[in-house]
Amino acid sequence: MAEPLLRTEHITICYNGRPVVKDVSFELHAGEILGVVGESGSGKSTIIKAVMGLLGKGGMVTRGDIWYKGQNVVDMPEKELRKLLGPEIGMVFQDCKAALCPIRTVGDQIYESMSEHEKVSRKEIYERASEVMGKIKLDDPKRVLDSYPFELSGGMNQRVGICTAMMQRPSLLLADEPTSALDVTVQKQVVEEMKLMRDDYNTAMIVVTHNIGVVNVMADKVLVLQHGEVMDYGPTDRVINHSENAYTRKLMDSVLHLKRNGSAA
Amino acid sequence: MAEIILQAEHLRKVFTSGKKSFTAVSDVSFSLERGQCLGIVGESGSGKSTIAKMITHLIDITEGRVVLNGKDITQVKGKELRDTYKEIQMVFQMPMESFNPRYTLGDGIGESLVNSGMKKTDVKKKVEELLVLCGLEPEFAGRYPHEVSGGQCQRAAIARALAIEPSILICDEATSALDVTVQKQVLELLIRLKKEKNLSFLLICHDLALVQAFCEDVIVLYRGEVMEHGAPDEIINHPKTEYTRKLIDSVL
Repeated sequence: MAEPLLRTEHITICYNGRPVVKDVSFELHAGEILGVVGESGSGKSTIIKAVMGLLGKGGMVTRGDIWYKGQNVVDMPEKELRKLLGPEIGMVFQDCKAALCPIRTVGDQIYESMSEHEKVSRKEIYERASEVMGKIKLDDPKRVLDSYPFELSGGMNQRVGICTAMMQRPSLLLADEPTSALDVTVQKQVVEEMKLMRDDYNTAMIVVTHNIGVVNVMADKVLVLQHGEVMDYGPTDRVINHSENAYTRKLMDSVLHLKRNGSAA
Repeated sequence: MAEIILQAEHLRKVFTSGKKSFTAVSDVSFSLERGQCLGIVGESGSGKSTIAKMITHLIDITEGRVVLNGKDITQVKGKELRDTYKEIQMVFQMPMESFNPRYTLGDGIGESLVNSGMKKTDVKKKVEELLVLCGLEPEFAGRYPHEVSGGQCQRAAIARALAIEPSILICDEATSALDVTVQKQVLELLIRLKKEKNLSFLLICHDLALVQAFCEDVIVLYRGEVMEHGAPDEIINHPKTEYTRKLIDSVL
């Protein structure tokens, strides 16, 4: 099997000397989707922050390595890491509206993020943005690009976030609760669109969420965390339906299912 | 036929700002029986919370009537309004934000009791009883909201709502901000309260599975209008409108 795109080896991450993630290992190949689930405070987001080098002042990877395409991200100088973030590793946040500048148009901000990494004209950016927006079913790209974030709905802003990240065709997309702030109907659309992105661009994804349903329909593999420790790691079906770990079973049992006549679920 | 405790008749809410106006809720009617639970589901902006706020007088009612125990409370003010709060209490979505950060949980829970003229020592005892009822240790009375977890805080908020022994509890997305495991605990608490205290609930949420597990009756709202009204199992298995079908299909 080919060398994995991303490999973390026994990483321990501490905030101010207190470990929040303990001895976590996983691998991700191109085009694979990994779901990371757990309760609040279990260290889900910390893991993807570590990959992005966004742990901040108090946070540090104290043990283990994170390998991205054969390079160790943990020891990488900030300047080099910045070159990776965007073109190679993209990120989608929980609240994309908050991640956008409120007083500038969406188009301006997409142009800014792209022109950081390559020399392209505004016209070309708009054309490329329109193409990606068309794929994720954002109607009327021109209106979206000329709009301010507050003029768009939550679901539209979230799609703008996904579009911005995907325009640079990253090999790895990190998504932190990408659908948690959305209504169920919009959530389903965004999930479908992210799967479409994976199929079209062969992007690998790490999706951090507390919504087991999202993981169930999206992920190939699942990592279950509790208090920073790995409770379970394996193929989605095995972890969700046939886990031997007591905590994982408790977590899955807590999920309420819609009871429908004649359906398997 | 069971006793009807709360009735809403043709509720309508129009928000106006300058010359623009927006109809958030148009013509919503329902009735709630004692000891039963009515769920209100719909997307953001469908008017779910607006209905709750109209019933609790947090916003004015544009048109329609609210009847509590056979008494019209649509226009009540002052002391009469305060009396209705003894019957209807509300639990909000963000437990941390609904408590005063500079008061202990015990102070927050006991506030309504102090206001109703109860003695300090009795208040303390009652607060501890309420905490135990909601599955928390009595020592939580001395803690501040930021010192407890989201689930614990939400249970304290339920204890606070129960302090003056209301007959109706309105839960506005009370479990949406909680982890699934904690959500299950809070749900179990609500089911217990419903049985033991014969409480009636108005459960506002966007989670159909939660409604199916807890409610006898459900209203599906879309853009301020009632799409469907009936038993959850019936609506989920035999949706009548296109929108309800879409909502059910979206559940992952």
